[in-house]
Amino acid sequence: MANPQLNSGNPRVDIEYRRRKNAEEMRYQVVSFALMIFLTLIAFAAVAIKGFTSWFTVPFIILLAVVQVIFQLYYFMHMSHKGHEAPSLFLYSGVLVGAIAILAFSTIIWW
Amino acid sequence: MSTYAQKKGFGATLWDFLTTVDHKKIAILYLIAGGLFFLVGGLEAVFIRIQLAVPNNDFVSAGLFNEIITMHGTTMIFLAAMPLIFAFMNAVMPLQIGARDVAFPFVNAVSFWLFFFGGVFLNLSWFLGGAPDAGWTSYASLAIASKGHGVDFYILGLQISGFGTLMGGINFLVTIINMRAPGMTYMRMPLFTWSTFVTSALILFAFPPLTVGLVLMMFDRMFGAHFFEAAMGGNTIIWEHLFWIFGHPEVYILILPAFGIFSEIFSMFSRKRLFGYSSMVFATVLIGFLGFMVWAHHMFTTGLGPVANAIFAVATMAIGVPTGIKIFNWLFTMWGGSVKFTTPMHYAFAFIPTFVAGGVTGVMLAAAAADYQYHDTYFVVAHFHYVIVGGVVFALLAGTHLYWPKMFGTMLNETLGKITFWTFFIGFHMTFFIQHFLGLWGMPRRVFTYLPGQGFETANAVSSFGAAFMSVGVIVMLINIIVTSVKNVKVGNDPWGDGRTLEWAIPSPPPFYNFKQLPLVRGLDAYWIEKMEGKKGMTPAEPLGDIHMPNSSFLPFIMSLGLFIAAFGAMYHVDKVSWALPVMILGLLITFGAMFTRSVKDDHGFHIHKEELMDDDDKGVKA
Ligand code: HEM
Ligand SMILES: [Cu+2]
Repeated sequence: MANPQLNSGNPRVDIEYRRRKNAEEMRYQVVSFALMIFLTLIAFAAVAIKGFTSWFTVPFIILLAVVQVIFQLYYFMHMSHKGHEAPSLFLYSGVLVGAIAILAFSTIIWW
Repeated sequence: MSTYAQKKGFGATLWDFLTTVDHKKIAILYLIAGGLFFLVGGLEAVFIRIQLAVPNNDFVSAGLFNEIITMHGTTMIFLAAMPLIFAFMNAVMPLQIGARDVAFPFVNAVSFWLFFFGGVFLNLSWFLGGAPDAGWTSYASLAIASKGHGVDFYILGLQISGFGTLMGGINFLVTIINMRAPGMTYMRMPLFTWSTFVTSALILFAFPPLTVGLVLMMFDRMFGAHFFEAAMGGNTIIWEHLFWIFGHPEVYILILPAFGIFSEIFSMFSRKRLFGYSSMVFATVLIGFLGFMVWAHHMFTTGLGPVANAIFAVATMAIGVPTGIKIFNWLFTMWGGSVKFTTPMHYAFAFIPTFVAGGVTGVMLAAAAADYQYHDTYFVVAHFHYVIVGGVVFALLAGTHLYWPKMFGTMLNETLGKITFWTFFIGFHMTFFIQHFLGLWGMPRRVFTYLPGQGFETANAVSSFGAAFMSVGVIVMLINIIVTSVKNVKVGNDPWGDGRTLEWAIPSPPPFYNFKQLPLVRGLDAYWIEKMEGKKGMTPAEPLGDIHMPNSSFLPFIMSLGLFIAAFGAMYHVDKVSWALPVMILGLLITFGAMFTRSVKDDHGFHIHKEELMDDDDKGVKA
């Protein structure tokens, strides 16, 4: 989706603005990339290190995965940008509906 | 490309409709196909009422009765009510937001043809060894034990038409999010558009569970899996959950557009702004949201346990609150308005007490402990017919009268319309009111007969008598449609004289590009605002320019036809007949071939040039 707020009509200003914006973007992406690698390492470590029960490691890894998905969506798929309100609304609604179904299935059918 | 429809031969018109991607023509297709299925479903209903009119009747056998009730429910919900709703959404929503078409006109055509072929497939079961007989809910223990191919027709037919519905929903969402005219903010959208939006979101989230359920059922029945078979480690309850996770939102998919149509009618014919517009929007969204948390109220008696039952009971009752908000807003819209009793207004007026009755029995059913008594009796049948007929069907009949001039350029006869209303209204209450009592007296639903002396005779006779009235109402409406079409008296932009929203600002039927110039929207009830300031039409938001339009295409038809053919192959493959597999492959090749053609062949559409549009002006706006 185009970012209409990036156009002022003046090409020089636009280019300057875009360059700064892109640099900032890039910094975020690198930081979140590093963080994601770090989180992945922690996940491996949680399994490798002896002494944790699976009651800890499984939810912990799932939590890390959720965090990574959020990074992915916001920093790599640009959901933090303007103009993504509708997609985020639908994404969260979908997650909610799915979560309710899973919760119900796991509480009243399977266990 | 001329703007004016020339006199065309039948062949050319047929080809035009087979290849159209114009939302207004697709709306007409939905109206015709949905209308035909409505008549089929209605005929099935009449057979049910004949069979039950007297005790110990043998008009149909027990097995055939099961097929008839299954097909009645399935046809009415999936092949009549939903497509008819889609007809109005297609016809009206793009006009209401000031768009030239939906976001994906080609996909819109695919949606229609998928629904159509799915519906035809399902109904062919009558001629090919028997219809499905496990109820419209097709509970797995029954469905898997069902002999013959009936349930396979149900699975494959619904799967195909379900794809179409899902695509349609997504298309409407994208249209509303992206294609609103300048100035048409969310909070200026007419309520019918709002309800289309929320309904489409419900479709987006509710149809995938159905698809999953149907796939699992297909594997169980056709490929030897055992997802739902307890003896093999499966669980039959999973189907019920999947079905109702879809099924309850489905009833809101049906009722919300009905609310939308009635909201338009109330404010048009009370000649007042809708009372509490923002609370109406809020209530619509809230109903859509809560609709996903209540599905287990259909399963109170399956043994979910007291905690689950209590949670779902409370959530269900909560839906009564936003629904109540709406009822009061409609009443306050009429209050102090100068109410004009047109045919659509008759339906809207009758809808309020009827729907409230259905809502009240709904809350009664939602009391889990009491539901052990009501469940699977005629009380439930009465409840859902009060909401579905008294809500959805009333809205569809009202919408037919209201939007007929916009869709076809002619006005249905008001006197005949009111005759339809009164016969249908009286017949409806005669048929279903007494069924509350039948249920409380203990008559179970889905039984093919009952014995004399059980105390059910009189009530059933009354009920069947009412069905005859409803049939008369529908026949009068058909006559009305024929008479109106033969007379063919054309009407202007705003035939009701009270139009408030954008669709009434343009000719009836609109030119194929809808708006020569996109209109500038200055508030809620955009057209009304301009009228009140003494203007003739909308202020344009753009200079006159070329308009980009999509080309017609036969591919949507072919794509859907391919799946239709493949479904036969998949179904008879179970019988180990030699032609089944080749037929399935052939069908899939047709579908994917058509998709491939669509992907590689560039189709950029065409432009209507400015000069042509100006020509139209010179000739003067006809009609
Ligand atoms: C105030 C709102 C409503 C409440 C509280 C409510 C509650 C319920 C409950 C608890 C049942 C299950 C009864 C049983 O099987 O024992 C039921 C069934 C049903 N309801 Fe509603 N309902 C409401 C509105 C609607 C609406 C608006 C529609 C459709 C437009 C609808 C359509 C149905 C259908 C089709 C069934 C029967 C399904 C079947 O078993 O075949 N309901 N309702
Ligand atoms: Cu429900």
